[in-house]
Amino acid sequence: MTVAVSILPEQQLAVLNAAYRQAVARRRWRLLFGAVVFAAALCLAAIGAEVNLRTLFAHYGNFISYFDRILTLDSGQRVWTDVGEWLWGWRKWLRMLGETLLISYVGTLIGATFAFCLNFLAAENTSPAPWLRFTMRRLLEFARTVPGIVFALIFVIAFGLGPMAGVLAIAIHSTGALGKLFSEIVENADMKPVEGVRSTGASWLSCMRFAILPQVTAGYASYALLRFEINVREASVMGFVGAGGIGQELVVAIRKFYYSDVSAILLTIIVTVFIIDISTGWLRGRLFGKEART
Amino acid sequence: MAARPSVRQGGADVTGPQETDTAALRARYPDVFARPASARLAMPVMIVAAFAILVYGLVDLDFSPSRFVAGLSQLGWISLMMIPPDPGSSLPIYLKALGETLSIALLGTTLAALFALPISLLAARNVVPSKLLRFPVRRFLDSIRGIDTLIWALVWINVVGLGPFAGVLAIAVSDFGAFGKLFSEAIEGADQKQVEGIRASGGSALHEIRFGLLPQVLPVIAGQVLYFIESNTRSATIIGIVGAGGIGLQLAEQIRVLEWQKVSFLILMILVAVAAIDFVSGKLRFAIIGRRAVA
Repeated sequence: MTVAVSILPEQQLAVLNAAYRQAVARRRWRLLFGAVVFAAALCLAAIGAEVNLRTLFAHYGNFISYFDRILTLDSGQRVWTDVGEWLWGWRKWLRMLGETLLISYVGTLIGATFAFCLNFLAAENTSPAPWLRFTMRRLLEFARTVPGIVFALIFVIAFGLGPMAGVLAIAIHSTGALGKLFSEIVENADMKPVEGVRSTGASWLSCMRFAILPQVTAGYASYALLRFEINVREASVMGFVGAGGIGQELVVAIRKFYYSDVSAILLTIIVTVFIIDISTGWLRGRLFGKEART
Repeated sequence: MAARPSVRQGGADVTGPQETDTAALRARYPDVFARPASARLAMPVMIVAAFAILVYGLVDLDFSPSRFVAGLSQLGWISLMMIPPDPGSSLPIYLKALGETLSIALLGTTLAALFALPISLLAARNVVPSKLLRFPVRRFLDSIRGIDTLIWALVWINVVGLGPFAGVLAIAVSDFGAFGKLFSEAIEGADQKQVEGIRASGGSALHEIRFGLLPQVLPVIAGQVLYFIESNTRSATIIGIVGAGGIGLQLAEQIRVLEWQKVSFLILMILVAVAAIDFVSGKLRFAIIGRRAVA
């Protein structure tokens, strides 16, 4: 066996080189083609979305000055020079925030309960009948594709203004989103315990209870906590359509140009979201250890 | 039935096989059978607490059963009125609005990705070792993410006026926060060996990023951007509710004037559009990075 690098004869080398160049060229062409298609789509989208750079350049000052304005008190001072004046409505806002949190909590819990009841029917490995699985999946898909705020708009008309519409909207959306995630966890579960339980003559329900449930509970709780986090954000805007929570205050402040109130309410929302993020992260870590974090 | 107590009374030598088993098991695994009260009670207490808060919430949020039932029957009426879905004579307007929505999603996501890429480098541990610089960048991204897209839409409407352009900017800003975090995580997950190789051959910091990091993270980033275009189609359908263009504007209007057949048609349109985008971007994602790379 020779260890020297053998150099191919010219002719063979030329053929290989040509093939290499051709392969590279084809990839480049494909990349270029993709870039051109993407750019064309962007241009088309820019026309469709009525992008007007002139407006943006004429008004970008507005964006900066908007933040300037919301950080200025009526007296013309910066907000942080007089915190008492800035956060004058903190009692009311904290109450609204509490309502927001309660809306997302109740909505998440109801949604998670429904998702919990339905997900076994939607999972590939545990569903008792194919037609049931099909309907369940379409139902969950519908519940999560229609945005929560659209449900809220409809529910506000059916149930009247107030947090009830917001809770139900969040509950339905959470059912759809969690149902899918839950059934995916079930699909990843080990089926041997199920066979074990079934071999003792147990019913379908007992199989779920004693074979599947112990495997999946931690995953369920982890996803439900994550959903709670997302729902807090969603509940903060439910008020825009009259479905309760802090959003109601915020939209009034924005529409009526109460500038310093806007920044104060935004601040409370951001701080709340931070606190929720951090505490659910901590809770997940406590309950399931690091590896269960999603 | 009568035989059972007599066996029990008979003493240790006549206990049934099951009972000896249990006793032996109990002796062998004391931690399973005699768990401390705190461990046994933790789960029920948590469940009871969770439901106590639920009940308190239901009361505090005015969940009266009569209102619920009345609302449900109202909802039933509404659902009946929705059938059959019918656009009336405004189908062209709706199609245009749908196009607007898709445009908003595409442009907004692209803008967000373009701006997030350089910032995410600043937030990545392996690019910027100084915690002093990284910390404010991360908190900045977090606060942008903490504000919902709809709020950003309201803010931008104040700046550029009503219309889809405000929607594009709203999605661009709120996704900027999300992308900054995701991209910086992707960058932190990249292999450092390539970067060291570039450094060993005398490359500058910019060379390290361009030839060591980017080739590794670009496919991951492309997958995430595609995924966000998909999920932004959903967000873009609703920002119209506050006046930032797209199909949400039509939807909110038709709901307010109680044109339920048009509402159901619009909802169907949204469902179909989202499913189509799901399909296309899923295909593209697999073509770019293979099946497993994106969770």
